[in-house]
Amino acid sequence: MKRLAQLLSVLALAGTLLPPCLFFANRLSLPATQQFLLAAAALWFVSAPLWMEHKTGN
Amino acid sequence: MSEQRQRPIQEYEREPVPQEARLGLKSFVGQYAGEHVAGTELMIGPLFLAAGVSAFDFIVGLLVGNLLAVLSWTFFTAPIATRVRLTLYYHLEKICGRKLVAVYNTANGVMFTVLAGAMMTVSATALGVYFRFSMPGLTDTLPTGPGWVAAVLLTGALFSVVAAYGYRFVSRFANMAAPWMVLCFAGFGVIGFRQMGLESVGDFWRVASTVVWKGGDPMPGQVKFTFWHVMFFAWFCNMAWHIGMADLSLFRFARKSWYGLASAAGMYIGHFMAWIAASVLYAVQLHQDPGNTAVLPGPLAYRACGLAGLLCVVIAGWTTANPTLYRAGLAFQSLRPKSSRFKVTLLTGLVASVTAVFPVVTMKLLDFVALWGMILMPMGAVIFVDFWILPRLGLRGNFAEVSGRSINWAAGLAWACSMAICALLVLRGGVQIFFVSLPGWFVTSLLYLGLSWWMQKQTALAVARARLPEL
Repeated sequence: MKRLAQLLSVLALAGTLLPPCLFFANRLSLPATQQFLLAAAALWFVSAPLWMEHKTGN
Repeated sequence: MSEQRQRPIQEYEREPVPQEARLGLKSFVGQYAGEHVAGTELMIGPLFLAAGVSAFDFIVGLLVGNLLAVLSWTFFTAPIATRVRLTLYYHLEKICGRKLVAVYNTANGVMFTVLAGAMMTVSATALGVYFRFSMPGLTDTLPTGPGWVAAVLLTGALFSVVAAYGYRFVSRFANMAAPWMVLCFAGFGVIGFRQMGLESVGDFWRVASTVVWKGGDPMPGQVKFTFWHVMFFAWFCNMAWHIGMADLSLFRFARKSWYGLASAAGMYIGHFMAWIAASVLYAVQLHQDPGNTAVLPGPLAYRACGLAGLLCVVIAGWTTANPTLYRAGLAFQSLRPKSSRFKVTLLTGLVASVTAVFPVVTMKLLDFVALWGMILMPMGAVIFVDFWILPRLGLRGNFAEVSGRSINWAAGLAWACSMAICALLVLRGGVQIFFVSLPGWFVTSLLYLGLSWWMQKQTALAVARARLPEL
């Protein structure tokens, strides 16, 4: 579960960085970029607490 | 980050940090990277552009100024912190005495309160995107309407209640949000540059210097920024923390003094990348609508990143306003230790909310940050001289503790005179506030040195006279 959450978090971070780069390279429209960014944000805030909380023992 | 969280509950407020509680480099890198990607970066970046800065002055000025800030943490703050290993407040109490520390805490608390207000303003601009109330422009000093007032007060009240109730929760949330926020800021920059017409990395300098930071006249009400303004601003914007020694409290946990270099993570992510990204967003706005000069982080971020951008603005404002309010509350609470921290923090938050309603501080954030450095820097100079110079001249450091005084007038007068001289230089001498803290540091150091020498000589004479009849 923790491994899965970490994997999803990595995907979320990649999903935050890649869409702007694809927009920069003219491979993605701005509305699509913004939708990907929102999805990535949601994924991060769902997945990160699962392993970050474990890691810190809080 | 994990090591930082494993910090023991014991905070060693009135004793040196012992060996077993010391932390490694990673803790400090994480702390600085998280703390300096804040809501205010979204205000500061655009204000550089409003100040008519050119690309070379902006980018090279930031590179040099941030380097000087990192070196200040490394060579001013960390060496004393890792030798003494006390909090700033306890160290100051030994030098200046309890009463003078109370004055310092008041000044610190006021500054933190106003800064928290600026962060509330930043977050409230995100609400404006949806509720479409009238938001302040670059030159506005008063509230722009009931919608703005309601949004700021609502944001402020929420932040205050959370800071009073749930500091630890938001602190954990801030650490969790930090990696996402950093990448979100990077996304602002990448999208912004593309919208400004940048199509390849090789074309960066042409676009940066001819389209984004073109130089020229500043906007109405703004000071023209040159390389020197940018460099000094980047160096001094956290002056209270490095040269002002506030981060003694942080680096007392460092195993080695060179961990001061960890501040580079905050400077080059927060005060370089994030400022550039925020500045580009503002350039996009001016490019699309030259008449719209308002610096409003909410709309700026929304245009680039949509709802994720708005979320970033709210979270950046919230997660930095929260510890700022908490610190302000602690500073005020220290004046009346028996008062409830909950009530003090809540009250501080309400005051911050009221200041946030007036956009003057936020729109003049560059000046406010410089003023903050100017007011708190002198105590850093006092600590520096007290620790490194006084013992070499045969004078006693920690004079308040040694002499049992509740106020060390040498430190008090050095602080007050230095601020008066700096204020005079700014108001009458034509020196801009961004530069005045440099001469101010030397003025404070010389004054503290001279006054300490005179005071300790008088004390020695008085002691000798008192002993005379016994002989």
